[in-house]
Amino acid sequence: MSRTGVEAERRAGWLFSAPALLAIALFFVLPTIASLALSLTDFDIYALADIRNLRFVGLDNYAALLADPLFWTALGNTLWFVVLGVPLVIAISLAAAILVNERMVAWRPVWRVVFFAPYVATLVAAAVVWKYLLHTRYGLVNYALDTLGLQPVDWLGDPRWAIPAITLFVVWKSFGYAMLIFLAALQTVPRELDEAARIDGAGWWARLRHVTLPAIAPATGLVAILTIVAMFQLFAEPYVMTEGGPAQSTVTVLYLMFEEGFQWWNLGTGAAVAVVLFVCILAAALLPALAMRLLHVRRT
Amino acid sequence: MKAGHAMTALVALFAAITLAPLLWMISVSLMQPGDAGQFPPPLIPAEPTLANYRELFAAQGMGVFLLNSLLVSTLATLLALLFTVPAGYAFAKLRFAGRTATVQTLLALLLIPGQIGMLPLFLELKAMGLVNSYAGVLVPWLAGIIGIFLVRQFALSIPDELLEAARIDGASEWDVFRHVVLPILRPAVATLALFVFLGSWNDFMWPLIVLSDQDLYTLPVALASLGRERAQDIELMMAGSVVTTVPVLLLFLALQRQFIGGLLAGSVKG
Repeated sequence: MSRTGVEAERRAGWLFSAPALLAIALFFVLPTIASLALSLTDFDIYALADIRNLRFVGLDNYAALLADPLFWTALGNTLWFVVLGVPLVIAISLAAAILVNERMVAWRPVWRVVFFAPYVATLVAAAVVWKYLLHTRYGLVNYALDTLGLQPVDWLGDPRWAIPAITLFVVWKSFGYAMLIFLAALQTVPRELDEAARIDGAGWWARLRHVTLPAIAPATGLVAILTIVAMFQLFAEPYVMTEGGPAQSTVTVLYLMFEEGFQWWNLGTGAAVAVVLFVCILAAALLPALAMRLLHVRRT
Repeated sequence: MKAGHAMTALVALFAAITLAPLLWMISVSLMQPGDAGQFPPPLIPAEPTLANYRELFAAQGMGVFLLNSLLVSTLATLLALLFTVPAGYAFAKLRFAGRTATVQTLLALLLIPGQIGMLPLFLELKAMGLVNSYAGVLVPWLAGIIGIFLVRQFALSIPDELLEAARIDGASEWDVFRHVVLPILRPAVATLALFVFLGSWNDFMWPLIVLSDQDLYTLPVALASLGRERAQDIELMMAGSVVTTVPVLLLFLALQRQFIGGLLAGSVKG
């Protein structure tokens, strides 16, 4: 190719990517780095009015955060969401994927769409619906419990039940997406392998255990990581369903950042919360990969 | 075949439970005000009515919010395509110094959730005078790294010979992009458009932060605000939820093949 052609391609490469790169630098990278800087200042409503009121305070915001019981409550609540939500999402989405992938089942494309529909539904609208589904007196959930002869539960009004209740909603909302990841993995299981096992006399359960499940182990790791990260980003759910209550039992880390930053205009403290959140998400995303690698090294 | 029937029945039960909240939402939205607040909760409206929808549109300004959401999502989609499609193609097919390093940097950036920079981004937009405007709501959609990778992944499969042939025929780089690449990229562009439209329609936290004038609210922000004022009016809130979520559910139903296909392609890569 000619020299001018190479030159034209080089120029086009930068011209085509420049707008996106500029936007990413300006509206994503810069704010992310600025979060770190902001967390070292006492930026508050006075600094918002007049920037000369801004002072550098070092790690004071972090020290204050560590001494704040609400921060530990938020962190504990978020971890509780993770502990409850991750196994539930994996179990339900895997079950759905196996059923939808099973050739004996009729109308499989229909079920796939049905299971995926909650993921597409608008989060705020779905949260509003579930707030009433979980209503103590008139909700369908307690009605179902009643027909089973169980006592009604004050789902969103009892600090012990609020997180399990919201987790139930989050699982319903998101298992369709995890199901798709499992489906993609299931479709990579060679059909011949399944057939060979069947000819060897392996039953449905044996084939599931020895052929299917080993093939989707990596997908399970991916779903776990994605669910953990999603659980750290819960905000609209408590905002709509409980406003962080009762007794701050559903305040999440992101909810705390929103309140500090945009409710009380303590942007310095809010930024410190954001940095802590980032560290948590990074650890959550990298730790399973690290653990898997260690496990792998030991096995080989 | 017996086992097949049993399994189909099991899946159908599973599906009925999954759909129940959405069906209940529609059913309650058609009940007379006050009818849903009983025990046992009624499943079907005794006397179906559109009164809740009338109240929403006549007294609560739902029509404005609906138009706002349509406007914001349409603009977000167009802008996202304008910014990400050429970049995705460039990162896949055009040879220029610094490309590999840029792609690797962008991959690393995928690990950072957008919420981390929300407070400084708010201050930045405030300094630019974009707070409480749709420009402020739209800004994050210009910087969609996932979209760039979706397009790049698809563009990687375009054979180099095709581009070279067009160049030898005297086509400029822009002509190659416009007349050779874009037609091939159409499925990826359509999938991206669908994702951005749904994503911006459903987005809540950022519009909640940026928009303070009620006239500018999008549907999710307006619905959350209505929920704090009219929490007792179950039927009205369900009608509001229907207006907010049924448009995107219908869009998904109409284009589900493309949507699920796009997600499957994306997750195999991940």
